[in-house]
Amino acid sequence: MSATITPQKPSNPIANTLTSGQLPRRIELYVLLGALALSAVLLLLIGFNIAGWLVLAAVIYLIALGILSSFVETRRKATDRVVRGLVTVAFLLALAPLISTLYTVVSKGIGVINWNFITQTSASVFDPDTLEVTTQVGAWQAIVGTLIITGIAALISIPIGILTAIYLVEYAQPKQWLARTVTFLVDVMTGIPSIVAGLFAFSLFSIIVGPKAFSGFSASVALSVLMIPIVVRSCEEMLRLVPMDLREASFALGVSRFSTITKIVLPTAIAGIVTGVMLAIARVIGETAPIFMAASFTDNFNSNPFDGPMQTLPVMAYTGYKFPGQDIAASNDSAWGAALLLVILVVILNLIARVVAKVFAPKGSR
Amino acid sequence: MVILAGVALFLIIQAVPAIVADWPSNGDLNEGPTAGFANFWSYVGPLIWGTLFASAIALVIGAPIAIGIALFISHYAPRRLAGALGYLVDLLAAVPSIVFGLWGIIVIRPFLLPLSEWLNTYLGWIPLFGGTVSTTGSTILAGGVVLAVMILPIITSISREIFLQTPRLHEEAALALGATKWEMIKLAVFPYGRSGVISATLLGLGRALGETMAIALIISPAILVSVRMLTEGENSQTIAANIALNFPIATTLQREALIGTGLLLFVISLAVNMLARVIAGRAGASANRKRKAMLAQLPPSDPSTVLAVDDVLAKRHEADDARAEEASVEQTESEIDEEKRKGTDA
Repeated sequence: MSATITPQKPSNPIANTLTSGQLPRRIELYVLLGALALSAVLLLLIGFNIAGWLVLAAVIYLIALGILSSFVETRRKATDRVVRGLVTVAFLLALAPLISTLYTVVSKGIGVINWNFITQTSASVFDPDTLEVTTQVGAWQAIVGTLIITGIAALISIPIGILTAIYLVEYAQPKQWLARTVTFLVDVMTGIPSIVAGLFAFSLFSIIVGPKAFSGFSASVALSVLMIPIVVRSCEEMLRLVPMDLREASFALGVSRFSTITKIVLPTAIAGIVTGVMLAIARVIGETAPIFMAASFTDNFNSNPFDGPMQTLPVMAYTGYKFPGQDIAASNDSAWGAALLLVILVVILNLIARVVAKVFAPKGSR
Repeated sequence: MVILAGVALFLIIQAVPAIVADWPSNGDLNEGPTAGFANFWSYVGPLIWGTLFASAIALVIGAPIAIGIALFISHYAPRRLAGALGYLVDLLAAVPSIVFGLWGIIVIRPFLLPLSEWLNTYLGWIPLFGGTVSTTGSTILAGGVVLAVMILPIITSISREIFLQTPRLHEEAALALGATKWEMIKLAVFPYGRSGVISATLLGLGRALGETMAIALIISPAILVSVRMLTEGENSQTIAANIALNFPIATTLQREALIGTGLLLFVISLAVNMLARVIAGRAGASANRKRKAMLAQLPPSDPSTVLAVDDVLAKRHEADDARAEEASVEQTESEIDEEKRKGTDA
């Protein structure tokens, strides 16, 4: 039966949510500009500062957009827009400390750093004429200490880390209990508080050599406790990225497992491994607490890692603020100088890591 | 593994004399930082409270922001920018903690002063904000804010990876049903990533617990249990900062007491970390197999590892793109060839 039903027009038309009110496309930009202007005006009345301006603008923007959108569009769309705004604000909020930190360190430290600061050791200079003790500011002992301690830590942890990673990826069966335990423990070890690593090294060495066991080497041990899990984890990730096809092709040619690893897997992954190691070094070079525990601090130049306290840049920054010398301003200055040097060092390591990743990247399509 | 056992073993060996010592009658423990405590536990109790309190502040401030950033990078930011933005946030992790400490002293402390006063004036009846407001800003709130900045990159990078792993089909199904972007995220992304995000937050907590320098530099502490966030000299001290402050001036037995507190810190953060891993692992096991394969292991939690992996993967993606382009060029060429052939046939 095919009776034609004449479509009845609904007496009062239902609002079609698909075509009903929509805000213009650029509305978010307009609202943002409006919010910025409004908050600027409001703040000019009570005193202007940039942080307050931005925060107020963000709040006004979110509220205005929410209200506008829930009137013109639906409530669901309003929520969507507000959440989009919130998420963006969260991101900008995270950038603020990064920029602010870098700016502070550079602006405070730049005045301190010069050739003398880098090449002198700090000391108290007694002037016999005026009978005044002036502090000579220098970071040479800290730079040397940092490089030695981090270098030894890297020497200890890189072989152990890479070998563990090779074991995990190439030799261990994924279901094997040993492999799973090692992976789990490595993961957990990444979470060891750095200060605990320092205490560990200190107690280890005070058992071996008795109390006052401060030495650069024990700081290196502390750092390698922190560094090994990082190296293992990044090497593991890198080795897993090597395609299985390459290994299978090598095995199919009758190559032994060992040769496959040294000739095929490692060369393919070397860029990633070097990058990972560099970043791991950059990570531990800034550790303060463990070095502070294990190597203590000193103003004297000491290049023997097995004897006596050793100064490092992060510790210098810390002690400069917390235990200032005679001349408090000079101590604080040297703290900022050390901090800036440290940041520069970290940036250099990060850059090297990136460059290495570019240069050593395996040729040809993978 | 050996190292982990070794760490525990040596800490225990060193800590035992102080833990079992008779505190009130022991001359060595009766002066300096450990003076006036009945026994080891009454010394370490307030410290544990302080550690947890500071970390909790950091987490309350940091975790929502970190998850917001992760969402922004994974779902809101333009594709091309997302990688670079993620890298920026990871850079936060590359800044040494001591630098954050110094930054906290001269930027965050004065920055929070007006806020502290406002909170104290209008919300002072809440114990959190009560007491006399600090004039220098060396409060546990300032410490917490700096800690929050420091744990941002960890939570962000892990959550980001997990959000990116959300099955594309789930997201598209939600969008096809008419969900807005936020509803899609609520329906598809959050349920999928919940366990991962919880683990990430716990890992962030673990980091905050062990963070030393920022707290040691910023807070002006006392060893007591206090919930006040804005006062000075009445803040609860944290374990790590307490060790850092008192270690150089401590005598041998006091040092051993400090090592004992360090041992407890070690146990706490180990527990938190294991819990994080177990949550991630269990969620993976209880779900279907496909998901298990994806979430059985958390993405690397250390930012430097993340940076390294990002570097290599980015290059691989570039290579993939290049190859895809080549392929498409070849394809169009072959199509053109075919068309020509057709033309000649005709």
